[in-house]
Amino acid sequence: MSDISQNGAPKRTGSLLSKDARTAKRNRAESRFKLYGILAIAVGLLMLVTLVYNIVSRGTGAFTQTFVTLEVTLSEDKLDKKGNRNLDEIKKVSTFGYAPLIKDAIGKEVEKLGIQTDLPAKKQAAILSKSAAAQLRDYVIANPDKIGDTVEFRFLTNSRVDGYMKDRVSRDSIANDKSISPAQLDFVDQLVAEGVIVKSFNLDFIFGADASDQRPEAAGIGVSMIGSLFMMLVVLVLALPIGVAASIYLEEFAPKNWITDVIEVNISNLAAVPSIVYGILGLAVFINYMHLPMSAPLVGGLVLTLMTLPTIIISTRASLKAVPPSIRDAALGVGASKMQSVFHHVLPLAAPGILTGTIIGLAQALGETAPLLLIGMVGFIASNAPDSVAGGLLSPNSAMPAQIYEWAKRADPAFYERAWGGIIILLIFLVTMNTVAVILRRRFERRW
Amino acid sequence: MPTLWLVVSVLVLAAIGYVLGRKRALQSANGNIRELHSLPIYYGLNVAFAALLPALGVLILWLLAQPMIIDSTVSGMVPHEAIPEETTLGLVMSDVRRVASGLDAAVEQGVMTLAESHSLRAEAADIRARLGEVGVALGAEVKAEVLQAAQSYRRMTATGTHAMTLVVALLAVTGLAIAYARTHKDFRARNVVERGILVLLILAASLAILTTIGIVFSMLFETMNFFGLHSWKDFFFGGIWAPNFRGDSELSILPLLWGTLFISFIALLVAVPVGLFAAIYLAEYANNATRSFAKPLLEILAGIPTIVYGLFALLTIGPMLVDFFGKGGLLGVEWMAGATSVLTAGMVMGIMLIPFVSSLSDDIINAVPQAMRDGSLGLGATKSETVRQVVMPAALPGIVGAVLLAASRAIGETMIVVMGAGAIAKFSLNPLESMTTITTRIVSQLTGDTDFASPETLVAFALGLTLFVLTLGLNILALYIVRKYREQYE
Repeated sequence: MSDISQNGAPKRTGSLLSKDARTAKRNRAESRFKLYGILAIAVGLLMLVTLVYNIVSRGTGAFTQTFVTLEVTLSEDKLDKKGNRNLDEIKKVSTFGYAPLIKDAIGKEVEKLGIQTDLPAKKQAAILSKSAAAQLRDYVIANPDKIGDTVEFRFLTNSRVDGYMKDRVSRDSIANDKSISPAQLDFVDQLVAEGVIVKSFNLDFIFGADASDQRPEAAGIGVSMIGSLFMMLVVLVLALPIGVAASIYLEEFAPKNWITDVIEVNISNLAAVPSIVYGILGLAVFINYMHLPMSAPLVGGLVLTLMTLPTIIISTRASLKAVPPSIRDAALGVGASKMQSVFHHVLPLAAPGILTGTIIGLAQALGETAPLLLIGMVGFIASNAPDSVAGGLLSPNSAMPAQIYEWAKRADPAFYERAWGGIIILLIFLVTMNTVAVILRRRFERRW
Repeated sequence: MPTLWLVVSVLVLAAIGYVLGRKRALQSANGNIRELHSLPIYYGLNVAFAALLPALGVLILWLLAQPMIIDSTVSGMVPHEAIPEETTLGLVMSDVRRVASGLDAAVEQGVMTLAESHSLRAEAADIRARLGEVGVALGAEVKAEVLQAAQSYRRMTATGTHAMTLVVALLAVTGLAIAYARTHKDFRARNVVERGILVLLILAASLAILTTIGIVFSMLFETMNFFGLHSWKDFFFGGIWAPNFRGDSELSILPLLWGTLFISFIALLVAVPVGLFAAIYLAEYANNATRSFAKPLLEILAGIPTIVYGLFALLTIGPMLVDFFGKGGLLGVEWMAGATSVLTAGMVMGIMLIPFVSSLSDDIINAVPQAMRDGSLGLGATKSETVRQVVMPAALPGIVGAVLLAASRAIGETMIVVMGAGAIAKFSLNPLESMTTITTRIVSQLTGDTDFASPETLVAFALGLTLFVLTLGLNILALYIVRKYREQYE
């Protein structure tokens, strides 16, 4: 035994109270090792902070938008030449017919405020969004009796002007930009000074629909939010009962044999299958084979159900397992059947845990994108919110993460701001769901 | 939606059955609950289940089987001469289906009468124009054979749906009647109901198996089709990925696999050291306060959706790397052309995997018995020496399992590589170049206009199957290692 220590360590000389070189070295190695650990955690936390900072700093811009307030005269000789207020004839005037009205309105505003500018009228009107004429037309069609009056409107400016107001666009960055000129930015400055152009909160981003890739200023996430909502509804209605039923069988009734083993191994493997594989499954089975409609939230919900089931089954089984056997024994002892003991006693006691697991599974499904791309829930799809439950399930729609992906793909940097803003909304949903799950767990968790 | 109404009426029937069954049982016991074998609720449920379950079961099976049967019968009717060169039966069948749904739409919108739609002849009427009116666009003129097939397709679908409604309704009523007739105070209703519930539970549990079978078969069939159109040797052993629409695509998985593995390797290079050291610190050094603060924060990283990481890669990390390595960058080199690259995707994926590695390793390190640490510390080893020479070797199999699980995650990850890795398939060792992966190609081959008869689309299924097998293999291996290791100390 004694020769072991003779081989390695050199013989110690001197006082025990003073550190020798070797101990000092070992101690240095110790603190180095500890430092690596601290560094690793710091790196992780730093990444989290960077991510959150990035999202917040780049996304909050999407919640404000630059607006121009103008008084537009809805002149009768342009919109309703015959003067008989026939809605079909009014509808014949296309958005091109409304453009002169806007041009006049800007001209009048400039005159009223006495702004000195040598910008031609057409260029002045070009600071507005392309959606302004459509907005005017929709208003006139909804209120044909207003023709001939002067009405105050709040128009969106185009995305370059909006970017200028948010410091995304500067006079240097638009050197090669055909859609805006420095002279127009000077004009914008003058209007800002007069209070005609203001930046204010943009509710349409939260509740509106996506817009074509020419009009980033008008794009909103609302309709795809409804798509996500319907998908979550499908997931909740299908995955919760099926998941709970499967877990009850596996945990309480299944005999120990190879079939049960196969099912169990299967479930833990399904939990780790890449999500895109579920997308392929959905495309092949639900769309190509069953001919369910492409891009429908129902199909998305079905795919996400299959994807979430393993998660829900695993967490439900854990919470069923946590209910002590004495509860079951007591129920059986007073004459309950096995089924009654499970449904009347074990299941209610496991409910908070099941609910927590379900919410976490739903949150995971809400953020999932890849399978949705394969079943066509991406692209400029729905411009209106669905009008009924069946429409919401079957008519083409997008989902929040797919909408964000769609924005990130487009060329105009103004859409990037939308994408980050969409992420803020998505994360608000996820944080809320996870917080509810944590609170439920804290509030109702029982230690036996 | 006649099917929806069918389901609703069966549900209503079941509800009525519940009330009737409960009432009849109580009547047979003269209103005295004690005379009944089971609680009254079970008699009601028995009748309701008898009306509901067989009917709904048949309905689901019918809905699944009918398209398959009709498809195979109708495609048997299309003569071989009617299939033009360069197309397949599948394409002709999709034409047939489109014409059929067009005719349905025309009848529904009142452009055509039902009788007219059945008696249409391709020679007589300009079907393409008339279907165009109702918003069904057809690529070419409708051939007589296709029209005929479409009409029998419609006839069979209509007959099938009628028959289904009839059978389901009949089953529901018969079930209700039989169960109602059997309801009596001595009837062992609870046992029957519980057996029924047990069957439902078993069905739910076997859905997991069905999903797996569905995954495997849905990809296997299309992969077979793909290998019918494209040589498997080129897929597995070719060196070039170059899909085109002239029909001479080179579709080899190897360059994609290389991109996938390269990006996953970089991701693990980031995630494993950081995750492992974080886990060691949290398990061995941190006090309770630090632990309860840092662990949940790190785990937030795991809960962030991958689309967020994708955007982070595309708009933050990518441009940042270009600032360093790109043209006019801080290092003065011109190594990077665009924001998408292997390094971009790999780094971001690594960040995503940090909590995955750290929480798995944390569990494994904590599972190492305290006695082993005490023994080492008692011999005079420092803490870090204990970790390196005692805890780590003991935890190694588990940590290898954790790394394998992380690798399988990285290989199957989609959004980060779709947004951060680029689209060029090649073999290169330069991490600053953009490369593409298996998952990226699956997405790009299956989105947009897809033609399920071309090898360029079908290759996605072969890629998906390869991906599935690859990740499944890694998972099984990892779970096996982790489980085996756990047994060692329990």
